[in-house]
Amino acid sequence: MKKKSKVVSYNKWGYIFLIPFVVVYLIFQMIPLVSTIYNSFFENYRSGLLQIGPNFVGLKNYATIITNGDLPTYFKNTMIMWIMGFVPQIILSLLLGAWFTDPSLRLKCQGFFKTVIYMPNLIMASAFSMLFFTLFANSGPINSLLLNMGVITEAYKFMSHVWSVRTLVAFMNCVMWFGNTTILLMAGMMGIDPSLFEAAQVDGATATQIFYKITLPLLKPILIFVMITSLIGGLQMFDVPQILTNGSGDPTRTSMTLIMYLNKHLFSKNYGLAGALSVYMFVITGILSLIVFKFTNSKDSK
Amino acid sequence: MKRKLLGIMLSTTMVAGMLSACGSTTTTTTTTSETTTEAAPAEESKAEETKAEEPKAEETTTEAAAPAADEGKVLNIYAWNEEFKSRLTDHYPGYTEVDATTGTIGDVTVKWNITPSTDNAYQNNLDENLLKQADAAADDKIDIFLVEADYALKYVDTDFTAAVSDFGITDADVANQYKYTQDVMTDSKGVLKGVSWQGCPGVLIYNREAAKEVLGSDDPAEVQKAVKDWDTFSATADAMKAAGYNMTASTNDSYRVFSNNVSGKWVQNDKVVIDDNIMKWVELAKKMADEKMTSTNDLWSDDWSKGFYPDGKVFCYFGPAWLVNFCMAADVEGSIANLGGWGATEGPQGFFWGGTWICGATGTDNPTLVGDIMRQLTCNEDIMLDIVAKDSDFVNNKPAMEKAANDDAYAFAVFGGQNPLGMFCKGAENCDLSNQSAYDQGCNEEFQRAMKNYFDGNATLEEALDIFKKAVVEKYPNLTAE
Repeated sequence: MKKKSKVVSYNKWGYIFLIPFVVVYLIFQMIPLVSTIYNSFFENYRSGLLQIGPNFVGLKNYATIITNGDLPTYFKNTMIMWIMGFVPQIILSLLLGAWFTDPSLRLKCQGFFKTVIYMPNLIMASAFSMLFFTLFANSGPINSLLLNMGVITEAYKFMSHVWSVRTLVAFMNCVMWFGNTTILLMAGMMGIDPSLFEAAQVDGATATQIFYKITLPLLKPILIFVMITSLIGGLQMFDVPQILTNGSGDPTRTSMTLIMYLNKHLFSKNYGLAGALSVYMFVITGILSLIVFKFTNSKDSK
Repeated sequence: MKRKLLGIMLSTTMVAGMLSACGSTTTTTTTTSETTTEAAPAEESKAEETKAEEPKAEETTTEAAAPAADEGKVLNIYAWNEEFKSRLTDHYPGYTEVDATTGTIGDVTVKWNITPSTDNAYQNNLDENLLKQADAAADDKIDIFLVEADYALKYVDTDFTAAVSDFGITDADVANQYKYTQDVMTDSKGVLKGVSWQGCPGVLIYNREAAKEVLGSDDPAEVQKAVKDWDTFSATADAMKAAGYNMTASTNDSYRVFSNNVSGKWVQNDKVVIDDNIMKWVELAKKMADEKMTSTNDLWSDDWSKGFYPDGKVFCYFGPAWLVNFCMAADVEGSIANLGGWGATEGPQGFFWGGTWICGATGTDNPTLVGDIMRQLTCNEDIMLDIVAKDSDFVNNKPAMEKAANDDAYAFAVFGGQNPLGMFCKGAENCDLSNQSAYDQGCNEEFQRAMKNYFDGNATLEEALDIFKKAVVEKYPNLTAE
């Protein structure tokens, strides 16, 4: 028998409480991650009902993706649609957040409005997308409305023009996510010490000055968080354009995102190529997040 | 110490439980599959005996071969729409519907597993379950699944599909069926693996109203003169445009007429080959799209279906019997089909489209019942004629159809009392499926999708073809497309 220590150690409880997280992380994050990387070195797909592979092919899958030139195109599409949606989204959110947190405005029914702007996020993206698909169909309600109002003389084919499709995707993403961003930014704004605002007001600063000189700089950590999560979410954009374009990414695949491309490989259960593509995306996401982090953080270090 | 011991005991029992659970399932399944294979002949013979007795017990199932008592109690049917279900409900003797996804035949429960074909969901689901078939519990095994011509070969040429002779269907039983329906379902060793109750030769389905207005007559023979070949078809399209009608609802409507008359398969030696005839379609479709004689809407989209109603202003669709009776909103008040406003004529070229075949899955636990469903629906002339009369389908029975073609009793209400069966008979005789390949579905879909970019003016022909090749190789990584 070991001699009992006189000091009661609480360390072990720390580890015990960590177990659920570690287990969940290992099973749902680590194992899939490792197996994706592992799979990317194999030729492994199904042709009809016939399984081909897995045969070890080294870096062939990576080479295939690099050489066929699709990755940059779809990356560009994804980023364009993300930026088109993110810029208005962050502006709208900052504006709404500033209004909601400004005590001098004394907005009524705040709870109601906060709920309403968050609502679009509760709708399933695919349902939302389906709704827009129907609304903007060639003989859909929007077209008949415009025709009846005399704005256009012939139905505008929203789904056959590059920028109309991209705009619709960006618009949907913006509407779905601005509520969420607003709530996050509001939390950040309410965390700022009110005495700073009061001091600024006493010094005679205008509302614009307060926003730019006090709110924004102090909001930076939250802004970085919003930027990075939104960027990662943007890179993983899938359901909205997938449903809107029927999985084709048309016209001429200009609205095909990286994940839609990944999904194309799942038709043949092509785990090798899909795995390699996922690894590329993992790297891209990592690099982009680092850039955003460094870029927005650099001034602070002075 | 005590607590620790308890902990160890608990965890070991848990782990042991998990392990043993895994172990036992595998052993039980293997044993059951062994016993079923061994006991099969015995069961069959028993089945024969019970068959003789059952009818007395249950009056309702008199005509149906009462399923053997020893065979599975659950019949799993995989389908992508309600068509087969409604055929079985309406025409199979002894089938009673319980609710939307279940029914009963005698004391066997019929479970419908209906997954739409959108985004390949039906096949994905079917593939996964077929691959698991060997290990599945008897009641979960797939018994019947349905396939379409476009991807029939994918399933027919594998061991997952059982020969129809395994279910007691003889050559004599299927002698009256159209040969092409059997060619599709014959595997590379010459074994017939599925049967169909319908034939799908296509015709040109035209809007009588528009024909009267523009061509001066809605008589099929007169209309045929205006669409007898592709040049006159184009000329008629001009006239239709002048009168405010779209010639077809979409560029894709005429696709099948060209793709069925190709000179070679889509895939030859693992290489994708675009046939000249398909390029002819591209030429015609581009011309029609540019001159606004038709739209570039996808098939099955809402915009495409607008033409089912008089306001849609569409002159014609290309399609087989099922398109009219099953897809063109015949039961919706105010639709052209409902008013009997369609007519049928042969059109520029013969073709076929789709069709549903019944396949028995290898390892089914209800072979007798599966065999009987096949026999009743695809070989029983009375039932088949009943299908023609009630559902305006064209059934897979040559003598019966030739008889019915001259019988006004079988006129189609959707065609305003015209009897198109003679036209279908001729078409079914000429159907040639020798240029089918296992990749047809993917190729057809991707080709139409890619070409839409060209028709819409978003891509040059070259670019559109590149998109097609890219998409096909993505779908079938074992192919090349250069």
